[in-house]
Parts: sequence; C-alpha cells; structure tokens
Amino acid sequence: MLRVRVWRGSSEGSLETYEVPRHASQTVLDVVTHIQRHLDPSLAYRYACRVGMCGSCAMTVNGVPRWTCRTHVDKVAGNGALEIRPLRNLPVIRDLVTDMREFFDKWERAKGHFEGAKTKADDFARVPPGTEERKAADAGIECIGCAVCYAACDVVGWNPDYLGPAALNRAWTLVRDVRDEKTLERLRAVAGDAGCHACHTHMSCTERCPKHLSPTAAIAGLKREVARRSMDGSL
Amino acid sequence: MSYRSDTTLWILQRASAAVLALCVSVHLFTIVYAVRGGLSAAEILARTRGNNAWLAFYSLFVLAVAVHAPIGLRAIAIEWLGWRGRSRDVCAFLFAAALAWMGMRAILAVFL
Repeated sequence: MLRVRVWRGSSEGSLETYEVPRHASQTVLDVVTHIQRHLDPSLAYRYACRVGMCGSCAMTVNGVPRWTCRTHVDKVAGNGALEIRPLRNLPVIRDLVTDMREFFDKWERAKGHFEGAKTKADDFARVPPGTEERKAADAGIECIGCAVCYAACDVVGWNPDYLGPAALNRAWTLVRDVRDEKTLERLRAVAGDAGCHACHTHMSCTERCPKHLSPTAAIAGLKREVARRSMDGSL
Repeated sequence: MSYRSDTTLWILQRASAAVLALCVSVHLFTIVYAVRGGLSAAEILARTRGNNAWLAFYSLFVLAVAVHAPIGLRAIAIEWLGWRGRSRDVCAFLFAAALAWMGMRAILAVFL
C-alpha cells in the first residue's frame, strides 16, 4: 500500500491522506486516477494523453514538479509515501488543477508564435534536417508546454512579471528559425528585467524539464543576441 | 524603463563585472604582497601618494563598483521588495553617486 497525501482546496486547503494499492510500473498519474475513481470522485486533476505528449498532467510530486504520466512511483516514492500538490507559481483552481492562463499569456507576450514572410501561394521553405539552421531551431522545439520549468523557477516566484523559461525557450526557438521574420520585435519583447535579463541561471528549469530541453541555454542565447543587436544599434 | 535601457544596464553590469574580476584580483594580491613587510599607514602612503598608476587603477575600480552594485541592487529590489518604477531607479542612481563619491574621496585621501 502507498500512503498518498493529496492537496485538497484552492489557495486555501489542506493535505488529505489516501491508501492506494501498489502495482508494477504504476505511475503517479495512475495513483491520482485510482483516488478519483475509487476513493473520492470529487478530486479534481487534469490529464489527456497519458503518454508524455500533451503537457497537461504536471503536478508537484514529493516537492518536485514532474509530468505525472511518465513518472513511475518506484522512482519517487522510495519509502512508500507520496505527497502530491498542484504546480507552484500558478493560481490553484481546485485540488491539483492550476490556472495556466498567465503561463500561456506570457508565451504571447514573448511573441512566441511563428510569423513567416511566405504566403500559401509560395513554395515550401526548405530547411534540410542536417543544416546548422535546422539544428538550431530543433534544440528547443520539443517543448510540450507542461509548465514544469515555470513551477521550478525561483525567479518566477520572486518576480511575477517574469516571462519564465518556457516562453523564453519558445522565443529563442523562433529567433533561431530561419523562416521567421519577427526576430527584432521578439528580441524587444523579451529584453529587460521581466524577460531574459531576469534569469539568474539557477538552471532549475533545465534540471526539471521532462523533455530534457535547456531553457537556460535558450535564455543565455537571447541575452547574447539582445546584447549583440543592442551594440550594433539594430535593437 | 524600456527594453533598451534594461539591455544597456545589463551590458554595463556584465562589463563592469569583468573589470571587477581583474581589479579585485590585483587588489587582493597587492594586500597579500604588501603586508609581508608589516603594515603601516606610512608604508601604504609611501606607495600610493603621488602615484598616478595606483590613482588610475583605483579610479577604474571605484567606477566599476559604482556601476556594478546599483544595477544588482535594482534587480534585488524587484525580486525581494517588488519595488519597481522611477523611485527605484532614482535610488539606484543616488546609490551609484554615493559609491563613486565615497570611493573617489578615499582614493584622493591616499593619493594627495
């Protein structure tokens, strides 16, 4: 049996304890699902794909932000105990469900959407997979938007305006995308002490990213590029 | 403050950090070297008084401190106190001026 303490409530609330049977290859999401289906149907949590693609099931597991669908109980509950809370740095709606609006609004504020110059009348842009241009854009492209990095980041906690690792990683991916036309606008949007310059390079985002991306490297890239363009006068 | 001034401050802080790395090393090395023969005010003044090289070195050191420290405090003001806006920038500037004034005063006291 697993002893599982789960956050119940919103910003005000408490931990409730449940006994959940252990199974082989059990994930933390399986544990939460068991509680909701068999012990307390009022438990609110969020998931969709269950295979590490959608980025919706992230929670704080024994103090660490994780994607719960790909986190095995064996890996995190050495002493047979789990404590599951909602993600940090986001408002809690209920139980394990956070309000992710601010997180995604910040992607938009960082100009985290692609803007190319071609129209549907043009031919496809060709960026061969082996080229440096393609590899540069590839480095951060696999982000699933789970907000684990955002919850792991101390700077987000200290400075709520800070765009955060995921939005900045997205901005850097687009800066490195040769098809994108909005590099200058994007660099202007991410420069400053609510953007890339706020990063302390603690690397908590890189440590916790379930996709093993390095938002820290992306943010360092943005700092470099912003500095370069600032000094040549084009920013 | 705009993205431009934030970026300029960031570059200034990085550049001043590079200067400080050098200045602090020279300063510490000099201390360790100088105290070997016993430390006295007369000995320090004999080295610094009228010495333009030390005047230039410590002027650069003070300037780097006056640039570096207030920019860092400005960032700490946001993160620890949630203090932003013009009042914070004015205070950071006043702190820079105070550091520069006190530092230059100390340098001139051992140079003249």
